[in-house]
Amino acid sequence: MEGIVGYGAYVPRNRIKVEEIAKVWGADAPSYKRGLMLEEKSVPSPDQDVITMSVEAARRAVLRAGINPKDIGAIYVGSESHPYAVKPSGTVVAEAIGATPDIHCADFEFACKAGSEGMFVAFGLVRAGLIKYGLGIGADTSQGAPGDALEYSASAGAAAYIFGKDDVIATVDASYSYMTDTPDFWRREYQFYPRHGGRFTGEPAYFKHVLGAARGILEQTGLTPKDFKYVTFHQPNGKFPLRAGAMLGFEKAKIEQGWLVPKLGNTYSGASPLGLSAILDVAKPGDRILMVSYGSGAGSDAFVFTATKRLADVQNMTFKTWDMLNNHKRYLEYGEYAKFRGKINKIQD
Amino acid sequence: MLTPPKYWREIPQRYRLEAAKCAQCGKVFFPPRLICDACKGEEFETVVLPREGKIVSFTEVHTPASNFSDEAPFAVGIIDLGNELTILAQIVDCDPGEVKIGAPMRLEFRKLQKDGESGVLCYGYKAVPAR
Amino acid sequence: MRDVAVIGVGIQTWGELWEKSLRDLFVESALNAMKDAGVDRIDSMYVGCMSSGLFTGQEHLASLLADYLGVNPAPAARVESACCSGGLAFRMGFMDVASGMSDIVLVGGVEKMTDVDGAAATYALATASDQEYEAYNGITFPGLYALIARAHMQKYGTTREQMAQVAVKNHENGSTNPHAQYPFKVTLEQVLNATMVADPIRLLDCSPITDGAAAAVLVPLEMAKKMSKGPVIKVAGSGHATDTIALHSRKDITFINSTAVAAEKAYKMAGVGPKDIDFAEVHDCFTIAEICVTEALGFFEKGRGGKAVEAGKTAIGGEIPVNPSGGLKAKGHPVGATGVAQIHEVVNQLRGACGKRQIKNAKRGLAQNMGGTGGSSLVHILEVV
Repeated sequence: MEGIVGYGAYVPRNRIKVEEIAKVWGADAPSYKRGLMLEEKSVPSPDQDVITMSVEAARRAVLRAGINPKDIGAIYVGSESHPYAVKPSGTVVAEAIGATPDIHCADFEFACKAGSEGMFVAFGLVRAGLIKYGLGIGADTSQGAPGDALEYSASAGAAAYIFGKDDVIATVDASYSYMTDTPDFWRREYQFYPRHGGRFTGEPAYFKHVLGAARGILEQTGLTPKDFKYVTFHQPNGKFPLRAGAMLGFEKAKIEQGWLVPKLGNTYSGASPLGLSAILDVAKPGDRILMVSYGSGAGSDAFVFTATKRLADVQNMTFKTWDMLNNHKRYLEYGEYAKFRGKINKIQD
Repeated sequence: MLTPPKYWREIPQRYRLEAAKCAQCGKVFFPPRLICDACKGEEFETVVLPREGKIVSFTEVHTPASNFSDEAPFAVGIIDLGNELTILAQIVDCDPGEVKIGAPMRLEFRKLQKDGESGVLCYGYKAVPAR
Repeated sequence: MRDVAVIGVGIQTWGELWEKSLRDLFVESALNAMKDAGVDRIDSMYVGCMSSGLFTGQEHLASLLADYLGVNPAPAARVESACCSGGLAFRMGFMDVASGMSDIVLVGGVEKMTDVDGAAATYALATASDQEYEAYNGITFPGLYALIARAHMQKYGTTREQMAQVAVKNHENGSTNPHAQYPFKVTLEQVLNATMVADPIRLLDCSPITDGAAAAVLVPLEMAKKMSKGPVIKVAGSGHATDTIALHSRKDITFINSTAVAAEKAYKMAGVGPKDIDFAEVHDCFTIAEICVTEALGFFEKGRGGKAVEAGKTAIGGEIPVNPSGGLKAKGHPVGATGVAQIHEVVNQLRGACGKRQIKNAKRGLAQNMGGTGGSSLVHILEVV
């Protein structure tokens, strides 16, 4: 049965605390921390972008999969911060892992849903028998305008998933998607920062689609929250996924392993894929996992996975997600953060 | 000077660490070359260098060339990848005191340069602590 | 092969010479050398220049300089070997005269470095390293020499203080050189506490960015004997060698093999050894470079160069005075000019014309010039006949 044959995650080591950002804008840090349930977020170095993080996550996925990269038939990188406006990220990843030239590449963009979208299409092609292995990646160096609420959460990370038919570490038992036209968050061409609809991003946007996709896939499979060991949702802040879980009837204990946002921030396209990676790091054979992404605009992809025996063989082969969140962190002050994120006007050559 | 063809030509080395192994005497060259300086052999096979090594020597550059001004100061070192093969690479993501001769490193994929605000982005390897 | 002599040398006071162009610098020094030689024509000329293209946008340099020197249609060639372009030009001139192709040859070196800012100059200089596998990764020349320094410190116990002593000594020597860019003394503390450039190399460990030129006139020895008013100075030995320009490709980054090989050839041609040299002008682009070079030239055993400078062995009046001119450190380092300026100093020392920095009974001097981190080296031995 088709499923995930390898996965890999990547998180930069730089962090900035909510307090450090709040100080600059005269905002009340405790209320932000309480309101958004955020402590700190990851920040990319100037030499890290969606392409570099995708390559590292992909290499880790290839290592865990133990496959010849030449057998990968498709690579899809989902992001809203592709380094080039025109020129694919996927071809760089393909070249770096040695998967060229017999391959199909495309870059996806669907706000924060682009990662699960890449996974969905890669998995679909494998199930259709068109390719042997497909690689889907969710990655972002998320943008949040200075002083905007998004600045407290917009962070950086990537997760990569290789789908195949044999030797899977987790089967894909079902997939389901749910989408409508809902303008809750967008970035127009030539704009550096996204804009959003404030509280409109909640009820009619995030919750409607996440719950819609979750309920849809449960109905389709006949499963209930009791049948799952773990669940991970898109996590734009700490509060939304906990509330979505509660509304669906998942106990907090099932959410926590993949609830990275208080320590990671919102990695946009990387968010639910990174949550899934943290779950795969610890899941036992037979554990059932629900993943529901969300992308503004708006839509959700949902997957049901079941871990296999082989998962235990690959978990320790490379970096685990919570280890990257907890170890070797380097805290930035706002000035250096602003420099790293290109928020300081300089002389342009 | 960064131009697309000049950057593109080195992609197998920058992205995948592809080297050339002399078919006659086995000496490995990075980047590949057309004649072996040891045995004058002209036949080579492509091999991939390991991504782990040790620091042979290092420095921290405080006054970089114009195209690296934003990143200073940054560490650079010579990394021994074994089999008498050494490369030069930036050393990043270290805590104070972690950069020292003999320290184990691994090579990660990073952005090395960009051609201004509108030109091509150039990727390659940098060394990070192996831990 | 004919014996060759130097009959004239010329230079100007080096520095940030805002009012002088590349061609002004060269012509000024060339005219000084021709006047010193007492010649009003030349048969050919060689110009050492590393990067007139990046520093000033000017290529096709040799013909331009021949024009402004007023010697068209004399053949003129520009040679390039990074920071030893000048030394290489001298060797080309030596070979031209020795072969019998030309009788009076002008050799010059020039670099106009201040038409671009510091970061652009650092970029231009970095082109002397492997563009794709060194410079691409952001390493600079101070950075490359810092790698050498760190390895030398690790392997031989060389200290920061010993490196700093090179700067103190060379500024002491250069303080009375009227042509030096920085004719002042520095203290050990000043060197040790100077601005960090590339750890462990600090600002006062580095040679500066300089505008300048130097020139020399070469003729057959027999002609020199008739023309010279003072001592006749013969080019007794010339050696030239190369190495990988990528520092990391060398087995031992602390040993400058191209200098060792070039020295061996020059010693052999001159029929002498390191013990027979009275003084040397060497390529101290960074303080660690002088330490490594004095080892490669055989003045000291491998790893003993730092201890030697500390013990005063390379000071004027020491066992083997090194860089009586002040070296690149105090005199300045207009890269293409440096190798010819070393010849200027050696000739004036052999003439006994160096005033306060004169080395007593100087009869045989050596000039060592190198490109990059030692990807190329030139060694010349001059002696009074």
